[in-house]
Amino acid sequence: MTLLDALIAIPAAGFLITLLLPRDNPGLVRNFTLFVSLVVFLLSLGLIGPVQENPGVMHFETNVPWIDYPAIRYHVGVDGMSLWLIILSTLLTPICILVSWNYIQKRVKEFYAFLLLLLAGVTGVFVALDLFLFYVFWEVSLVPMYFLIGVWGHDRRIYAAVKFFLFTMAGSVLMLGAIIVLYLKGGSFDLPFLLDSMAKGGLVLNPGQQFWMFLAFFVAFAVKVPLFPLHTWLPDAHGEAPTAGSIMLASVLLKLGAYGLVRVCLPLFPRVARENADWIIGLAIIGIIYGALVAMVQPNMKRLVAYSSVSHLGFVVLGIFSFTQIGLDGAVYQMLNHGISTGALFMLVGYLYERRHSLEIADFGGVSSVAPWLSVMFVVTTLASIGLPLLNNFVGEYLVLQGAAQVNFTYAVFAAIGVILSACYMLWLVQRTFYGETPHEVAHHMKDFNAREWATMLPLLALMVWMGVYSQSFIPAITASNSRTLDMTRQSAVASQPQAPGPLARLKEIFHVR
Amino acid sequence: MSGNFEPTGAELLRFLPEIVLTLAATFLMVLEPLTDRGAKRALPAIALLGLVVALFSAIMAQAQPGLAFSGMIVVDGFTTFFRVLVIAIGILTILISTNYLRQEGSEGGEYYALLLFSIAGQCIMIAANELIILFIGLEASSIATYIMAGYLRDDKRNNEAALKYFLLGSFATAFLLYGIAWTYGLTGTTNLSRVREVLLSPASPDTFLISIAAGLMFVGFAFKVSAAPFQMWAPDVYQGAPAPVSGFMSAGPKAAAFAVLLRVFLTAFEPVKERWEPLLWWSALATMIIGNFAALRQGNIKRLLAYSSIAHAGYVMVAVTAHSEIGTTAAMFYLAAYALTNLGAFALVTHVARHNERYVEVNDFAGLGQRQPVTAALLTVFLLSLIGVPLTAGFFGKFYIFRAALDSNLVWLTILGLLNSALAAYYYLRIIVVMYMQPPSETEEDDLLPMSAGIQFTAWFTAAAVIVLGVYPSLVLDFAGRSAALLR
Repeated sequence: MTLLDALIAIPAAGFLITLLLPRDNPGLVRNFTLFVSLVVFLLSLGLIGPVQENPGVMHFETNVPWIDYPAIRYHVGVDGMSLWLIILSTLLTPICILVSWNYIQKRVKEFYAFLLLLLAGVTGVFVALDLFLFYVFWEVSLVPMYFLIGVWGHDRRIYAAVKFFLFTMAGSVLMLGAIIVLYLKGGSFDLPFLLDSMAKGGLVLNPGQQFWMFLAFFVAFAVKVPLFPLHTWLPDAHGEAPTAGSIMLASVLLKLGAYGLVRVCLPLFPRVARENADWIIGLAIIGIIYGALVAMVQPNMKRLVAYSSVSHLGFVVLGIFSFTQIGLDGAVYQMLNHGISTGALFMLVGYLYERRHSLEIADFGGVSSVAPWLSVMFVVTTLASIGLPLLNNFVGEYLVLQGAAQVNFTYAVFAAIGVILSACYMLWLVQRTFYGETPHEVAHHMKDFNAREWATMLPLLALMVWMGVYSQSFIPAITASNSRTLDMTRQSAVASQPQAPGPLARLKEIFHVR
Repeated sequence: MSGNFEPTGAELLRFLPEIVLTLAATFLMVLEPLTDRGAKRALPAIALLGLVVALFSAIMAQAQPGLAFSGMIVVDGFTTFFRVLVIAIGILTILISTNYLRQEGSEGGEYYALLLFSIAGQCIMIAANELIILFIGLEASSIATYIMAGYLRDDKRNNEAALKYFLLGSFATAFLLYGIAWTYGLTGTTNLSRVREVLLSPASPDTFLISIAAGLMFVGFAFKVSAAPFQMWAPDVYQGAPAPVSGFMSAGPKAAAFAVLLRVFLTAFEPVKERWEPLLWWSALATMIIGNFAALRQGNIKRLLAYSSIAHAGYVMVAVTAHSEIGTTAAMFYLAAYALTNLGAFALVTHVARHNERYVEVNDFAGLGQRQPVTAALLTVFLLSLIGVPLTAGFFGKFYIFRAALDSNLVWLTILGLLNSALAAYYYLRIIVVMYMQPPSETEEDDLLPMSAGIQFTAWFTAAAVIVLGVYPSLVLDFAGRSAALLR
C-alpha cells in the first residue's frame, strides 16, 4: 500500500468508523474526524517531495487487478498536475470540519462522515488512471455532496440537491457509454495503455466516433466545471448548501470537471479537441462575462459568489482549450487559486450568516466597524479573487490571458472584460456589506473572529499570498506535467491523422454521405 | 429418443430440486390442517428446510449436467444459476413473510406451500428444454402466484390484485400456448434443440410464419416479465398484493420468465433472429421509457417500485436484444443483482407498512432517517443500487448490460437506456429525500416497532450482498459467464 492508497483508504475507513461512533457525543465525532482529516493532510504533504523531483511522470503508482472480466484494474498514480489538487482537497477538509464546528447541530455524525467520504471520493478521481475507476470515484463523490446539500442546506435545499444530482448524473451516464465504447475498441480501461496504443496506431477511431465520444466526455465534464449553458445547477447548489458544502463544492468538486478535461479529454481526443476549441472557448468567454454580469445583480451574497465561480471557471476552460503551454499552466494554477480564494469567500460568507442569519446583502452594512478583522480578511480575499497583483488569482488569470492572446488576441480582450467586471461586483459587495451605516442587528450580533475561525482563515490567507508572490513553488510541477499532456496531443494528432479533414468532411463521415 | 421410460439415477438427480420442493410443499399441505394455531410457527421452518435442501440439490445436480427424461429437462450452468437464484429468493421471501402473516393474523401452511409450488414451477421452467414442460412449469408457477397475490382473502386490495393478475395472466398464457402450437405445427417438434435444427435445415418453414409463432410466445413471456406493451397489470397487482408477495413477484417469477425468454429465443428461435431482434429492440425501449416516466409521478411506494420493476425489465430486455453470450451473462448478473436489491427494498417496505399496510405512501417514509436510522440507511443502499451508483450491485448490472449492448452495436438503445437510467435517479432520490430531508409527519402515531428478525436478516443480508457484488462482481459474474453458453 503506497502513500497514495492510504490517502483514499484513511478517509474511507474514517467514514465507516465515524458512522459507528455514538450518536449522543458530537464532540467526539468532531474531534475524531478533525484528527483523521489532519492526518490525511499531513500524509498528503509527503507526496510533494517525490513528485517534484520529476513531476512529468506518475509516482506512487499502484496497478493491481480489481475485477477480472472485463479487466478493470485499480490503477492510481499522481503527477505534477494532480499533486496540488489532492493537497487542496486534503487541506480544505479539516478547514471545512472546523468551519462547521458550531454551525452544524443536527445529525452531526452523518455530516462529518459524509465530509470524509467526499474526500475519499475526490482524491480517488484525482488519482485514478483506469477510466472505470475514474468513473466509480466520480459517482461516489456525488452521493455525499447530495446529502450535504439536501440534509443540511437552506430552505430550498431539496430542489437544489436533486438538481445537482440529476445534472451530474445525466452528464456522467453518457461518459460511461463512451468509456465502454473505448474499452470495446481499445481492449482496456487503462488510460496510459489506451494512450499508448493510440500513439502506436493500435487503437484507431474514425473521426465520427472520436467526435461523439469526445462530446460524451466533454458534456460530463462541462456540467461539473460548469461551462455555460450547463451551469444552472450551480447557483442553486451553492446557494442552498451549508457552508462546508459550498466550500467543498466550489473548491474541489468543480475542479473535477476541469481536471477531467485535462487528464482525459485532451489526451484521448486531441484532434477533435483542437478542432472544436473555438466554440468551446466561445462558451467559456460567454460564461466569464455572463457569470460576472449575473453576479453583479445578485441580492444574495452566496449566489453572488456562486456566479463568480461560473465566471472564474470560464478562465480555466479558456486556458485549457488555448492549447498553449502557458494557457494550460494558467488554467491548472487558476483551479488551485479559485479553490483557495472562493473557498475562503464562501467560508467568510458562512461566518457572516452564522452571526446575522441572513445572506441578503441588504441586511448587512458597516460590518467593518464592529468586526474589523473579519472585514479585513474579507477584503483581502476579495482582492485576491479579483486578481490583484501579488495575490494568487492574478498569476493564474495573467497566464490564461497570455495563453489566450497567443491564439487569438480577441479572446484575451473579451476575457479581460471579465476581470474588470469581477472587480465591480466584488468591490460593490464589500462596500454594501462592510461599509456604510451599521444596522442595529449587525451591530448587535456581529462578533469578530474567534480562535477557531482564525485557524480556518490563516492557512488560506498564507496560501493566497504565497501563491501570488512566489508561484515558482507550485508552477514547475504543473508545467512539467502539462507539457507532457500537450506533447501527447501534438504527437497523436500527427500520428493518427495524416490529413485533417475539415468540418464538412467530418459531418459527411458522421452521416455516411459520400 | 430412447424407448425406455425408466429414469436413471443421474436423471433423477437432475430433477431433484423440483422433487424436493414438490414433496415439501405437499407435506406442508398435509400438515396444515393437522397443526393447531400454536404449532403453525413450525411451518415456515419446514418450508425453509425444504428450500435449503432444494438449494443443495440444485448445486449437486450441477455435478451431473446433461439432459433428463428424453431431453425434456436440461441441467447446465444456466439452469443451475437460475435455480439457485429463485430458491434463494424463496428463502428470503419466507423470512420477510413470517412476521407479516402473523401481524395480519393469517398464518397458514398454505402460504408456504404455495410459495414452494411456485418456486418448483419456476425451477421446471428454468430447466425446461421442451415447450410443453416449459408451459407446465410456467402454469404451476403462475397459478400459485395468483393465489398468493390474493392471499389475504378478506382484503379488497388483495382480491383485486389476484383477479387482475389471474385474468390478464391466463389471457397471456393462452398466447404462449398458441405460439407453442404454431411452433409445433410448423416444425413438428416442441423440443428446443430440435426446433433449432429444423429452422436451420433446408426444409425450414417460412420465416414469416415462424416469426408469428415467436411473436405469440413473446407476448406470453413479455407479460410475465412485465415488458411493454404487456406491462399494464404490474402496477395494480404490485400495489394490491401483500408487500412480501409483491417483492417475491418482482424477483422470482420475473427471473424465471427471463430465463425461459433467453433460452427459447437464443436456442430455438436463434436462426430467425433478424426477425425478432427489432421486436425486442422496441419492446426494450418502450419498457424502459414507460416504466421510468410513469414512476416519476407515483405516490404509493409499492406502485412506484412496480413501475421501477417495469423499467428494470426494460434494461434486461436490452441485454436480451443484444443476443450474445455477453448479453446473456449481463442479464443473468442483472437479474441476480436486481432480485437482491428489490427483495431488500420490499422487506423494508413491508416493515414500514405495518399492520394492514397503512403506511405505503412515499410520504409515510418522512423522517425515517431520524426515527429509524438503520432502516433508512439500508433502504438508501437499495435505492442507490436501483439508481445504479457505483460500488453497488445495480451499477455493475447496468454496466454489463450496456457494455453488451454496445458490443452488439446497439448504440441508440444504449444511449437512450443510459439517459433513462439518469432519469430514474429522480424518483429513487425522492424517497431518499423524504426519508432524510423531511421531518416526520406530526399526525402519525409513532408505532413503528423495531424490525422483526426475519426482515432484519433479509435486509442486512441483501444490503451486504448488494455492496459485496458492487465491489467484487466477479463472485457472481464468473459463474454467469461460464454458464451463459446455452445448450443448443
